[in-house]
Amino acid sequence: MLQRLFKFKGGVKPATNKAPSVQAPLRIAPIPPLLVVPLHQSIGGQPTPLVEVGDRVLKGQPIGAADKWVSAAVHAPTSGTVIAVEERVAAHPSGLLTLSVVIEPDGQDEWIERHSLDHASLEPERVREILRDSGVVGLGGAVFPSHVKLTPAASVPMDELVINGAECEPFMTCDDLLMRERAEGIVRGVAIFRDLLRPKRVLIGIEDNKPEAVATMQAAVEALGENFEVVAVPTRYPAGGAKQLIRVLTGKEVPASKRSPEMGVQCFNVATAYSAWRAIAFGEPVISRIVTLTGNVEQPGNWEILLGTPMQEVIALAGPKADTNRFVMGGPMMGFDLPDLSAPVVKATNCIIAGSPTLFPPPAPEMPCIRCGACALACPHELQPFELYWFSRSRNFGKAQEYNLFDCIECGCCSYVCPSHIPLVQYFRFAKSEIWSRERDKNMADAAKARFEFRNERDEREKAEKAERLAKAAAAKAAEKKPDLPQAAPEPVETPTVDAEAAKKAAIAAAMERARLQREAAQPKNTDGLTIAQRKEIAEIEKRRAPLQAQQQAKPNAEGVQTQNSPKDQQ
Amino acid sequence: MLTAILIMALGAIVLGSALGYASIKFKVEGNPLVEKIEAILPQTQCGQCGYPGCKPYAEAIAEGEADINKCPPGGMEGVRKLADLLGREVKPLDAEEKPKQLAIIDEQLCIGCTLCIQACPVDAIVGAAKQMHTVVESLCTGCELCVKPCPVECIRMEPIAEKIDNWKWKYPVFEIKPATRAA
Ligand code: SF4
Ligand code: SF4
Ligand code: SF4
Ligand code: SF4
Repeated sequence: MLQRLFKFKGGVKPATNKAPSVQAPLRIAPIPPLLVVPLHQSIGGQPTPLVEVGDRVLKGQPIGAADKWVSAAVHAPTSGTVIAVEERVAAHPSGLLTLSVVIEPDGQDEWIERHSLDHASLEPERVREILRDSGVVGLGGAVFPSHVKLTPAASVPMDELVINGAECEPFMTCDDLLMRERAEGIVRGVAIFRDLLRPKRVLIGIEDNKPEAVATMQAAVEALGENFEVVAVPTRYPAGGAKQLIRVLTGKEVPASKRSPEMGVQCFNVATAYSAWRAIAFGEPVISRIVTLTGNVEQPGNWEILLGTPMQEVIALAGPKADTNRFVMGGPMMGFDLPDLSAPVVKATNCIIAGSPTLFPPPAPEMPCIRCGACALACPHELQPFELYWFSRSRNFGKAQEYNLFDCIECGCCSYVCPSHIPLVQYFRFAKSEIWSRERDKNMADAAKARFEFRNERDEREKAEKAERLAKAAAAKAAEKKPDLPQAAPEPVETPTVDAEAAKKAAIAAAMERARLQREAAQPKNTDGLTIAQRKEIAEIEKRRAPLQAQQQAKPNAEGVQTQNSPKDQQ
Repeated sequence: MLTAILIMALGAIVLGSALGYASIKFKVEGNPLVEKIEAILPQTQCGQCGYPGCKPYAEAIAEGEADINKCPPGGMEGVRKLADLLGREVKPLDAEEKPKQLAIIDEQLCIGCTLCIQACPVDAIVGAAKQMHTVVESLCTGCELCVKPCPVECIRMEPIAEKIDNWKWKYPVFEIKPATRAA
């Protein structure tokens, strides 16, 4: 099985630093005293909460339901009591808050009822649904819901299914350990993906600095009698980027404007395949993941950690050394500094690196770009980072987009090689989020304009209609008046003199009374089928309303007396 | 000599008629410049520029009557874009730049007078006579037009909070985060 390999342009070879964390076997982390499970852990819509404060939840019980197709469910990582559903710090570079379910474990770790299924006997649609409801998302770090990617394109036949075990980021070894210890599960998961997508070939790409993983995977494939090809790819960052790995294994280049299924190829991470197998064959949703703890710590290694475990608990497992001054989530090339250690482990947390001034020396000051072109040579997407940098820096975002800013995968190769120490990726991230925000503003402005124009039109139309009605009424009156002119004349003179004022007041009072009765009789009709959050909100509003209503009940009486009296007084 | 004059005259007639035809055939409805300017304005329709809406202001700019720095919701960013489009000098904004805001109705106090509904240019308020009113967050442009008409002063403006969905990476110069890289 000789596999012809292709090359991607650019790339760098940073020191891998992987050795320390692969010595120890995979360990299972203890249940922490408190779990904070964010509801929004994947790309797509925010799942709706399914539990309330005080509920007892079982291990694997859904606590957030996927709210649309591109979304994935979230589950309780262990059994316990929900003590809060509130905004908590997110594992995000901003350190902002996100809606989370806080669970106090009861230590019994009691599973919800699980069903093991055979995917071959199920409709493909059903399998995708199970994957969504089990919260299976891309565990390589992109956290894109897997069931969406498992829908083959209607027009293009699927040629290759690429399974990504390259793990090119320095320091990171979670996929390596998973492949060494749980190869069989991965291969069975890949078989599920294969049956859903029906590709012609299945290629498992692993960087050649992981010979043990290649060997175990090969053995597992053979043992299970599958015809998957396990391919060792040359070690070069970012070989584990989905587009780079596809390029290396199939020679296909996926442009930013296209999704890979349109090119007849799809790519999944090994950990995703493993979690899909657990979900189908054991009914176990994604409630934990393997995280590499490494860097400036006493005991680097890989741990299987429950989602929602606060970072400080996780870090304590590895024992950070005294001079640790920062923690990076993700790899050193693409990760970010954790702003707050109370943030929880989420599905995207593949690695936590403790940093120290010696491990990550502070960067040299940023110097002007000398247009040496080193960044362009290193860019795996054949972009021109120096041009992108120039345009991002001067906020010339239109031009930056012309130079394909959105093809940039933020791999960091350009910043890595830049002799002027320019944090290029930071500029690109800044430019991208600025462009997105402008797009949002623009959409809002367009919508506002449309609504404004619609409103004006409606006003005009209503005015015209009213004028027309009045004209018609006037015409009708004129027509009526003509025959009995002498009789009609005295009538209008009579009424106003008697009690115009009083009648008006009485009418108003009656209307108010009617409105009050109506209000009292009114029952909200849309009270069933509400989500927990809505129900809670209603309860809160009712609570706030109670005292006011009591006050109001006292007032209308007083007013009622007045209004009832006034007409009489006048008469 | 005569031929030369004839040729020139003929040329003039041909070209003139072609131009005349083109001006009828390719007539542009409306003023394209106004549309371009309007696309830059935030469409808040707040009237803070002193015109009754974004379009009148756009027309005034196109006519050269109005300055380009009168739209507070557009901010400096808007001024810069207008300056770019029109080839004018960038000027400081003729008002205080405010963060984007959102109207919030205190539902306890609302008496259901519908005055705010009538004031809202984008129909972002829902409610009916004598019923509680509320602002549809996603539609509110933050124009403040509903604040004044409310007889019981129950509408307040609040800056839109930064959430993960609208959070932006900062300009690297203001927040120097050391680039992380392998030793
Ligand atoms: S590597 Fe740095 S200095 Fe060289 S061209 Fe790129 S941005 Fe400029
Ligand atoms: S971060 Fe972007 S521009 Fe820089 S090397 Fe990677 S893909 Fe190219
Ligand atoms: S100030 Fe700006 S947003 Fe407000 S009406 Fe004028 S142009 Fe429109
Ligand atoms: S709700 Fe108020 S602030 Fe919001 S768009 Fe309507 S009038 Fe303007």
